[in-house]
Amino acid sequence: MTINATSQYSNYHTKVARSRATSEPIWIRWLLITITLLFLSLFLIVPLAAVFTEALRKGFDTYITALVDPDALSSIKLTFIAAAIAVPLNLVFGVAAAWAIAKFEFKGKSILITLIDLPFAVSPVIAGLIYVLIFGLQGWVGSTLIDHDLKVIFAIPGIVLATVFVTFPFVARELIPLMQAQGKDEEEAGLVLGASGWQILWRITLPNVKWGLLYGVILTNARAMGEFGAVSVVSGHIRGMTNTMPLHVEILYNEYNYAAAFAVASLLALLALVTLVLKSLVEWQVARNASNLEKTFS
Amino acid sequence: MINNMAKQKNVLPGFNLSLGYTIFYLSLIVLIPLSAAFIKTTELSLHEFWAVVSAPRVVASYKLTFGASLIAALINGAFGLLTAWVLVRYTFPGKKIIDALVDLPFALPTAVAGIALTAVYASNGWIGSWLEPHGIKVAFTPLGVIVALTFIGLPFVVRTVQPVLQDLEAETEEAAASLGANRWQTFTKIIFPAIWPALLTGFALAFARAIGEYGSVIFIAGNVPFVSEITPLIIITKLEQYEYASATAVAVVMLIISFLLLFAINGLQWWFNRRATTSH
Repeated sequence: MTINATSQYSNYHTKVARSRATSEPIWIRWLLITITLLFLSLFLIVPLAAVFTEALRKGFDTYITALVDPDALSSIKLTFIAAAIAVPLNLVFGVAAAWAIAKFEFKGKSILITLIDLPFAVSPVIAGLIYVLIFGLQGWVGSTLIDHDLKVIFAIPGIVLATVFVTFPFVARELIPLMQAQGKDEEEAGLVLGASGWQILWRITLPNVKWGLLYGVILTNARAMGEFGAVSVVSGHIRGMTNTMPLHVEILYNEYNYAAAFAVASLLALLALVTLVLKSLVEWQVARNASNLEKTFS
Repeated sequence: MINNMAKQKNVLPGFNLSLGYTIFYLSLIVLIPLSAAFIKTTELSLHEFWAVVSAPRVVASYKLTFGASLIAALINGAFGLLTAWVLVRYTFPGKKIIDALVDLPFALPTAVAGIALTAVYASNGWIGSWLEPHGIKVAFTPLGVIVALTFIGLPFVVRTVQPVLQDLEAETEEAAASLGANRWQTFTKIIFPAIWPALLTGFALAFARAIGEYGSVIFIAGNVPFVSEITPLIIITKLEQYEYASATAVAVVMLIISFLLLFAINGLQWWFNRRATTSH
């Protein structure tokens, strides 16, 4: 579930001077700001700070030891592998889907858009379950896989599949409204000038949507690296083999090894903060482009 | 067949390839695997299916999952609206950072959120130790489930209401003020009617997300059967006992409810966009 791309690109920072009649008394303003900050502190800031405090509670040496542990390193590696496969797959899909939906009219388009959204509505646990039903030992193709000595469930392919499923709509959801808004005039102009379909895609369409694309990739990557529920069902939790970072956090936590659990968790929290910074940079860039465009035309 | 429906005048290439690939990939990753869940349940007779999905422990988990999700979405509705208002209308130091931080629940892995909230709201945690003397226990109770679900649903209402509030024209508020309306009247009669479809959409998104949530909840919930056990955990427990058919039966109940919610949300957004285009 994500929000319309239009909302992400609104420039929140334009200031409108407001007269006294359309603003609130100063004490109400500060009361509302205080309540908001209190709410956000209780639910966002304090828990985020707790991750880093708990990680460093037993000192910096314990922190580093937890991170260079072979099982931790292998979980980091697996997390990157899963994201490195899932992100490009869903990127290609997102571009194809947005091209078909934004540039052409066809029957059943709104149903297709709803179907692309389906993975957002499905519980991560169920996302894992459906792959177990197909590739598990008693699954549809489970016995065929055993005959060929292939393992999907409780192995890396299952983890990749579950990750692809939960991050499926992100790029498509960013690109579809953006490409719909841009129309197809530029592409048609390119065609008239003799460009091939691939040239149009690489030279016109993709450069036009590069920030939306980047935005979708950032969101996909964050979710891919952080997914827990779906991956947990298909992974089998084999240490050093099929553990991703979030699963490794769970194992350490359930063993009451809190300092190590929070140490690995702090890496994921850092990743989340980097994601937020990149996301804000993209939003500012888009807002700047939009205001430059306005200046050009005014 | 679909090819013929493309508009005659469209000269751009790649329709067959892009739509074909979209449908192929969608079927492979989403549609066929999801249909497996529905087909698996046919292994159960209708009577067995009903016995599984209406078992007292499962029903208790529905009540918790839907009740806690509803309360969390209501909290997010109220505080999300307030947060969006404060971010759009007021200035204060650190506003840009706060604005960016609102998306933290989208970016932070749910397992990390789960252990962090547990650490903070446990009886020896920063907030928990302060609540405990007042007789409020959060971690390992249904209240903990609500806290976790509030966390993961937090950005939805803010991010749906914020752009609408941003685009509201000052003129209508000035007109209301010049006609003698006070701020509260202007809010309830002018501003709220304009933003409530967005508020409702954000609420529905937060609710839908909360129902399926697993990672952030299981650490803080305590997972006591009949008390603090959510439905996704029931599915996991059944899977771990190799009860695939009955795990799938519970999953199918959740899937049907999620699909209905998805259609409701798409309907809401369609209505909301139509309202936005006709009002201008």
